[in-house]
Amino acid sequence: MSSTTNSPTHHTSTIGAIGAPSRRNTELALLAFAVLIPVFAYANVGLAINDKVPPGLLSYGLGLGLLAGIGHVVVRKFAPYADPLLLPLATLLNGLGLVVIWRLDQSRRLQASNTFVEAAPRQLLYSAMGVALLVVVLIFLKDHRVLQRYTYISMAGALLLLVMPLIPGISAPTYGAKIWIKIPGLGTLQPGEFAKIALAVFFAGYLMVKRDALALASRRFIGLYLPRGRDLGPILVVWVMSILILVFETDLGTSLLFFGMFVIMLYVATERTSWIVFGLLMSAAGAVGVASFESHVQQRVQAWLDPMREYTLSRQGVYGHTEQSMQALWAFGSGGTLGTGLGQGNSDLIGFAANSDFILATFGEELGLAGVMAILLLYGLIVERGVRTALAARDPFGKLLAIGLSGAFALQVFVVAGGVMGLIPLTGMTLPFVAYGGSSVIANWALIGILLRISDTARRPAPAPAPNPDAEMTQVVRPS
Amino acid sequence: MSELTLTVMRLGFLAVLWLFVIVAVQVIRSDLFGTRVTQRGSRRESGRQQQAARQAAPPQQRQQAAGGRQRRNAPTKLVVTEGTLTGTTVALQGQTITLGRAHDSTIVLDDDYASSRHARIYPDRDGQWIVEDLGSTNGTYLDRTRLTTPTPIAPGAPLRIGKTVIELRK
Repeated sequence: MSSTTNSPTHHTSTIGAIGAPSRRNTELALLAFAVLIPVFAYANVGLAINDKVPPGLLSYGLGLGLLAGIGHVVVRKFAPYADPLLLPLATLLNGLGLVVIWRLDQSRRLQASNTFVEAAPRQLLYSAMGVALLVVVLIFLKDHRVLQRYTYISMAGALLLLVMPLIPGISAPTYGAKIWIKIPGLGTLQPGEFAKIALAVFFAGYLMVKRDALALASRRFIGLYLPRGRDLGPILVVWVMSILILVFETDLGTSLLFFGMFVIMLYVATERTSWIVFGLLMSAAGAVGVASFESHVQQRVQAWLDPMREYTLSRQGVYGHTEQSMQALWAFGSGGTLGTGLGQGNSDLIGFAANSDFILATFGEELGLAGVMAILLLYGLIVERGVRTALAARDPFGKLLAIGLSGAFALQVFVVAGGVMGLIPLTGMTLPFVAYGGSSVIANWALIGILLRISDTARRPAPAPAPNPDAEMTQVVRPS
Repeated sequence: MSELTLTVMRLGFLAVLWLFVIVAVQVIRSDLFGTRVTQRGSRRESGRQQQAARQAAPPQQRQQAAGGRQRRNAPTKLVVTEGTLTGTTVALQGQTITLGRAHDSTIVLDDDYASSRHARIYPDRDGQWIVEDLGSTNGTYLDRTRLTTPTPIAPGAPLRIGKTVIELRK
């Protein structure tokens, strides 16, 4: 499929696209693999805890397989050239998450708690809704550039979604963070997860238009390009916005996620390192400033600096302290290199939020360092595919959107994993696909859907060039 | 369940997990796509072509230098006097004018007897306009003589390419 325009007699180098095969069969094979691994894990958990293959094995396996199959058929039909790895990777992570959530459901200690609910069937339902949203995105979003038309609408939508948890009637504050809203009859929703996608669309559309002004109109000052004041406006607005989220919703993670995503996209759009320097300085200043008067944030920082002290205080019954950070670290420690084996750890001691914010600790204990590394690599591969999609995309909007979405995904994984492992202060965010939580799973499936759509457009072979009129023969004058 | 079975399952699961990662990386490896540069022919030949390109470049540079000091009697425009493009004029401002059926020519000739890249007209160092035949099939004629070398064009002299006739005017 190389578009060679040179005749064979010309000895030149020709540049042509390698015929990108659709690779749907590779995807199918990987999907089968990605469904079998969680089924294996499920059987393993059942054997370890109850000494028998769990009765729900067939239904869980079929459920996951069905979701993967539907996703595959829709991708085959509506995005035939899409990236072959995104769907299997997401399916595997979702399946592993389901298994570990089910494993924590089996814990006697957690069952004894008065807030216990069977989380795994719900998570399977959420996953089904997520895949349904992926299908909707792939069917109705024929071309990602359509999203460009909704640049400012998505900004307004994102702001609305972010403000919703503060509105008294529908807000559902839980454990110090106001990031949930109540939907009557359905439960709670975390609008921030969806705001992530809407904001990526806005940033991509905005930066595509403004990137030249941001990149070129600048003064040089000690090796840094200082942007003009009026170009600095939007970054200041986003910064203030993320600080306000931090103050009013006491949600460190979301604030970091949005600001980080904006800085990443700004850097990609303008190729100016100074933006990263500014971004880091501003987020540091903002975080320190807020932490100096917001007690919730201070407490998180305390727990990060000295988890053992927090643990002791919490054991002594002092209100407002948490023992979970320390317990998570112990879970990682007791897992060692190869882990205790699925179903044989004691990570359920973490108690509350063991299957959502702290789910990585269970992986750390039962699969060990080797397992956690594999999980992190799976996330890394998703991000890699997203960045690769951005590189291959032909339109600047698609490039920026793909970078923004995969950057947000990477940041989210970093914020959660770093928080649980004690690298950064813990924030209440969910590990994409793995952690229990409907909004997160659904929003991330939609994110994968958009990435699949961009990659389909990017990898689609270019249409054959129009026939070259120059190739026509010149008529020869014959002297008669 | 025996300890041994569980240990085997534990290690087996890790192995399977890593196998998936490795398979995924293999897929990425075989999936490197994008543009491919294929080198055809020997390197020597392409080197020669580059040299030719470099030699072709100087006239353009020179003409840019000459752009500032045009002679007083120099022609200011190029007029098509015969052929399908009759009446077309192009201002002469020190730029090279290419003529031919190719889409990227300055004057795209809709003429079956013209070659894709038929001829070009460029100013030399002194601002004198020169026409050069670019190896066309049917030749370029200046005042009924077929051009073999780059030739200065006098204002008003008809330059024939296929069915098209061009003149330089003041």
